[in-house]
Amino acid sequence: MSRFEKSYKICLATLVNPLFKLLILLEKIMCYIGDLSYTINDRNLMIIGVLKEIHPGERRVAMAPSVVKQSLKNGHSVLVEQGAGVIANFTDDQYEDFGAEIVENAHQVWGRADVILKIRAPEIIHETGEHEAELLRKESCLICLLNPGRNSDLLKMLAKTGGTAIAVDQIPRISRAQSMDVLSSMANISGYRAVTEAAHNFGRLFTGQITAAGKIPPAKVLVIGAGVAGLSAVGCAQSLGAIVRAFDTRSGVREEVQSMGAEYLELNFEEDGAGRGGYAKTMSKEFIDAEMRLFAEQAKEVNIIITTAAIPGKKSPVLITKEMVESMIPGSVIVDLAAEGGGNCEMTIPGEFRVYKKVIIIGFTDLPSRLPTQASQLFSNNTSKLLQHLCQHGQLKLDLDDEITGAITVVHDGKIIWDPDKPKRVAEKSAQPVKQETFPKSVSPKSPVKESKNGSWLKLPFLILAGVLIGLLGYGGSSEFLSHITVFVLACFVGFMVIWNVSPSLHTPLMSVTNAISGIIVIGGMIHLSGDQIILSSVAVLIATINIVGGFVVTHRMLEMFRK
Amino acid sequence: MPEGLINVAYIVAAVLFILSLRGLSKQETARKGNIYGAAGMLLAVIATILGGHVDSLGTLMLVMLVGGGIGLIVARRVAMSAMPELVAILHSFVGAAAVLVGIVSHMEPGNLAGTELLIHEIEIVLGVFIGAYTFTGSVIAFLKLRGSIGGKPLTLPLRHKLNLLLVLSSVLFGVWFVNGNPEEQILYLMIIIAISGLLGIHMIMAIGGADMPVVVSMLNSYSGWAAAAAGFMLSNDLLIITGALVGSSGAILSYIMCSGMNRSFISVIAGGFGVAEGTAVVVSQEFDGKEAQSITAEETADLLRGAKQVIVVPGYGMAVAQAQHIVHEITKNLHNRNVSVKFAIHPVAGRLPGHMNVLLAEANLPYDIVFEMDEINSEFKAADVVLVIGANDIVNPGALDDESSPIFGMPVLEVWDAKTVIVLKRSMATGYSGVGNSLYFRDNTRMLFGDAKDSLNKVSALLN
Repeated sequence: MSRFEKSYKICLATLVNPLFKLLILLEKIMCYIGDLSYTINDRNLMIIGVLKEIHPGERRVAMAPSVVKQSLKNGHSVLVEQGAGVIANFTDDQYEDFGAEIVENAHQVWGRADVILKIRAPEIIHETGEHEAELLRKESCLICLLNPGRNSDLLKMLAKTGGTAIAVDQIPRISRAQSMDVLSSMANISGYRAVTEAAHNFGRLFTGQITAAGKIPPAKVLVIGAGVAGLSAVGCAQSLGAIVRAFDTRSGVREEVQSMGAEYLELNFEEDGAGRGGYAKTMSKEFIDAEMRLFAEQAKEVNIIITTAAIPGKKSPVLITKEMVESMIPGSVIVDLAAEGGGNCEMTIPGEFRVYKKVIIIGFTDLPSRLPTQASQLFSNNTSKLLQHLCQHGQLKLDLDDEITGAITVVHDGKIIWDPDKPKRVAEKSAQPVKQETFPKSVSPKSPVKESKNGSWLKLPFLILAGVLIGLLGYGGSSEFLSHITVFVLACFVGFMVIWNVSPSLHTPLMSVTNAISGIIVIGGMIHLSGDQIILSSVAVLIATINIVGGFVVTHRMLEMFRK
Repeated sequence: MPEGLINVAYIVAAVLFILSLRGLSKQETARKGNIYGAAGMLLAVIATILGGHVDSLGTLMLVMLVGGGIGLIVARRVAMSAMPELVAILHSFVGAAAVLVGIVSHMEPGNLAGTELLIHEIEIVLGVFIGAYTFTGSVIAFLKLRGSIGGKPLTLPLRHKLNLLLVLSSVLFGVWFVNGNPEEQILYLMIIIAISGLLGIHMIMAIGGADMPVVVSMLNSYSGWAAAAAGFMLSNDLLIITGALVGSSGAILSYIMCSGMNRSFISVIAGGFGVAEGTAVVVSQEFDGKEAQSITAEETADLLRGAKQVIVVPGYGMAVAQAQHIVHEITKNLHNRNVSVKFAIHPVAGRLPGHMNVLLAEANLPYDIVFEMDEINSEFKAADVVLVIGANDIVNPGALDDESSPIFGMPVLEVWDAKTVIVLKRSMATGYSGVGNSLYFRDNTRMLFGDAKDSLNKVSALLN
């Protein structure tokens, strides 16, 4: 840090800090009053309710105990249904330790909570025969994976209640929303679990070894689709020691695959499959034929195939045909991550584990739920970030014009406001939220300026001098003078604030404009342009005018040259 | 016109000036910013005239017409590469005007007495001091930039003590001025002007050519403070505000320039850094046993033709050789061949903040292919060819890895990461800092000796 910078900072610190502190104090008082009025006028703090999942086989829970603490800090209170987190290895005691209130049954949660957090979409409760969606109150809000594209009946039921429903699977893939993107978190876990499921069912090792008892060949893994789940699978298989190949229609992901040490399979075909929202688009017939030939070739050779080509809300494309499965080496494993949409493999039975002609085909649709602790933790981190985005002053405030809020709010005020035709997962450059490898940003090393040894104690005299000067001003100055000083100091700060934003390419025009503006000194000459001093004043006016006209004209000339 | 109305006009003018500076922060709004500035100025001048303070309107009009005419002609005629000189000389005008206003204001103190008179007189001393310093300093900077006097820093023995002596003596005369009787006062004021003028000359003389961007922006700042001081003398808030705006703007620019060189403001101002341009010590053709490899224009054209990504690094040498237009020709040609061309600008390239940007804009290069150092430094790895045109210290790898180098720690453009670096240079002379550059001896560096414009003309002809 240069000494100049230091003194500038000191100057700022002495002048601005007390001001800021005062402002912050004021803001706090205002907030306190605001909160008080909330408590008095409206109602208590916003209550977040966490339900036990009723979907068979669902092991996750929508909020992990550690996130309860965060919610309390944000000014909410948390209700948790008894035993909600048990399968995910979170005990009721843990929730209570972090400050949540445990209630006995789901009705109490539905009845009291303002925001209800769930993983799965509402469904019929077996014991009572009621539908969860009917329990939603008019003034409360349900946040869960709703899959509105496939659940239009459910949306109607939710709309009938008059409440609000937010579908976390609709979070747009924009960088601002990355921290809330539940689908990416879950895809990451699925990719990992797909590999461990495959390893578990594969009769050999993944890694190659040379042992005293002979050579162990490494397993060959093919990952189809290099999105979040695919890349996660690549990383996991790679770290188990397998030979990993990956294929994707979007040629842009090649670098990401290669950066993780895997091989990127190429088609000699010119077509890029990058579509809207970071998903792949449908390819031409020729492309698909070439692609299928590649898969048929690979199927004979590889031991593990992991397919991830799911299209949200649509049937998954068939990429591995019956013949390909039959051509595989006995004992091979296929893990189909697109099973929910019918599967990328022709022989996949969604949700099931099957063996077809000595090839194991895993079509589980609940892979994230098979790692319930981690999945719950990530899900709750995402929803917690989402709640922070949706809340103001601890209360839910839905701004439907906001890009994120507008995309995820599917039911509001008794109306379905989800628009299926408008794909809301807007494309942005950073469509791949999971990047296992962060490229080190090249930062030009800035070694500190060699400072003289006495650099640090220079502060003190500076401060004292500033203090004395300010004191003298206050003591000796007339009120008019002091008002000038006020104007001066304020203008300095305005100048500092304004100039910091100037783009470096405009530095020269900036200088010439400031130059022209400082020609304002012409006024000094004009006022005295009379009597004895007329000559001196005229000269002053003359040169100041040169400055004004010259400065503005030359700036104009320069700016005219800048073009896009 | 009533006093209140004039004050309102002044407030509006001040707001317009602030808007003007704000407009300049982006390319898109910059032109509007300039217009705001001019409108503010016009308003201020008209309000002052209507305010009834001006007795001889005829003289005023005449003087302003003459001054405006000179300004117009100069501004229209000046070459873009001479922009640093113009800016420097315009600074000196503000300084001179501040001195004159100071003297006039002293002669017509109005009816002040007691503390107010004291404050007024202190303000005058401050105003003329800053003004005279700005005036002579800017004149010297102007002469240095024009090349009328060499860029070599003048390092007198005991120069820091000399400066201190000058400052102290002007303080002493300032005290005498405040306490003196009217006949003596004017004498003391003149002495103060002389001393501070001398100080300006001496201090700027001691600063080397490569530090000129800092000097120019510092003088920009001082011209602002001079205007602010004049505002205090005249109790005119508009002058104070404008002066403060300009002053802080210049201060920030100097700060940015300093951090671009990783040097402290004090060390730049203290001077004595850098040697004369061109005359530099000729480094031997060898370095660590390696020889610099030269390249011909034909080979350069071949390399450019075969490249996919080209980055151009312009330096002061491009301005001197007036090579920006031919650079544009080559860029256009390469674009037509589907070669991507980008420009990398170091914050202190050239002799003025933003100097290179102005030159490239003059040659009609679109500003969206021109990038700042931080934006582009990571892209050199992907570049096939980097053309370094008359730049030296800003591409010196020694700044990053050679602790003994005087410029160690200065952020530089990491051109050597590219596949091939072509350096256009007149000779093997060192840069303004007088530091040898190991870039020239790297395996992937080729030297294209000769005047940048001639060399590039040849390359351009071969590309066609």
